[in-house]
Amino acid sequence: MYPKDYRYTKEHEWIKVDGANGTIGVTDYAQHELGDVVFVEMPKLGAQLKARQSFGTIESVKAVSEIFSPVAGEVIETNPALADAPELINKDPHGGAWLIKVRLADPKEASALMDAAAYEAYIAGQAKEHSA
Amino acid sequence: MVNFGGWDMPLEYSGILAEHEAVRTRAGLFDVSHMGEIEIRGPGALGLVQLVSCNNAAKLALGQAHYSGLMTSRGTFVDDLLVHKISDTHYMLCVNAANQDQDHQHIVEHNKFDAQVENAGPRYCQLAIQGPRAKDILQRLTPVALDSIHYYHFSFGKASGVDCLIARTGYTGEDGFEIYFAPEHSAKLWGDLMQAGGPAGMLPCGLGARNTLRLEAGMCLYGHEIDDTTTPWEAGLGWICKMEKAPFLGSDVLAQQKRDGLTRKLVGFEMLDKRIGRDGYPVLIGGQEAGRVTSGGPAPFLKKNIGMAYLPPEFSTVGMDIVVGIRGQGETARIVALPFYKRPQ
Repeated sequence: MYPKDYRYTKEHEWIKVDGANGTIGVTDYAQHELGDVVFVEMPKLGAQLKARQSFGTIESVKAVSEIFSPVAGEVIETNPALADAPELINKDPHGGAWLIKVRLADPKEASALMDAAAYEAYIAGQAKEHSA
Repeated sequence: MVNFGGWDMPLEYSGILAEHEAVRTRAGLFDVSHMGEIEIRGPGALGLVQLVSCNNAAKLALGQAHYSGLMTSRGTFVDDLLVHKISDTHYMLCVNAANQDQDHQHIVEHNKFDAQVENAGPRYCQLAIQGPRAKDILQRLTPVALDSIHYYHFSFGKASGVDCLIARTGYTGEDGFEIYFAPEHSAKLWGDLMQAGGPAGMLPCGLGARNTLRLEAGMCLYGHEIDDTTTPWEAGLGWICKMEKAPFLGSDVLAQQKRDGLTRKLVGFEMLDKRIGRDGYPVLIGGQEAGRVTSGGPAPFLKKNIGMAYLPPEFSTVGMDIVVGIRGQGETARIVALPFYKRPQ
């Protein structure tokens, strides 16, 4: 379910590092918690993001959630498909529904984040908390 | 699952959008057993109902129901409710889950009519089957001729072999029925209805779709559009406030407010851009906060973002533009007529 070559945050974003650049999205767990997504607000190209800085919002039918950057970097691309098809986030959160691409301030920064196994353990704990 | 008025309830089953669409185009089934029931019996029953509520229950025929408000002495809402006339000496009130106990206490406090007032919630479960195919689906399970139950009327009869009160009422803007019965039959009735409705595209629906459907239909939700600080005039519910039957709780205040005019009025609005004005967001006029969004969100069937808010009357005209503050930015919205959605007749 959670790609082994991605890194994950406690706020349920993922990042896939590819050399000097990173692709960022939200996890399947996040889309499930959000429910039907109806609108995504993206940052401007060239925006300089700090780690854990909010860079946009995802609006679902029931709520609005901020999205936080897992790492520092400059926004070099936003996903054009999401403007007309925000529901892609529900259908393909780890693939076609990537949110932004950034030029990494430090290509090694992401390696400090959770790997897939750690993230799966983390959300298993969250689910337990929910049902308690 | 979410906690709602002390009940553990599903926010959604298959997804709010899919459930919303099912109700508008086919059918949806809601477990609304959280709703409260209060029964009032005895020769003084009508007198008590007339005193505590603002609609005119003397006009109800046997087997008829109406929407009404349970009033404070200040002319504001203790709750909103449906009043069912079962007989000249027996009325059944359907009230909000979270308010049930205080409603019961409020009615008991004003019972100078020697009526019996029963907090009957534990004796009932309630299922709501709503949507254009609701009647045909339910008809497969009941010998009651559903065509003969007119809108806001009800009948007693069996559904799936279970004794029920079947009312042609709802909270979605669609045709449909609300079915009241004893709790021990709930699993059977739910299962049989789902089985009968499955081939017709019926979906089980949660609280999320219940909210988007009622908002799209411009219906009030207690704690949002109405509460113990709002009056029926302000909420656009003058049609349930029958001054000719006064006195009733708050009628003097309501008469005075009618003479003096309103300082605020509930309006409906549509966002002009894609951002969504949600519950609690400020409405700005001339840069100043003039009100708050009472309920706001996507209208899935209309494919717009809509909401309701209280505004000063001079800024409440249909066609006027207002500004909703969304995370520090102003977004334009246009005041539109309520309801947003009306089903095709």
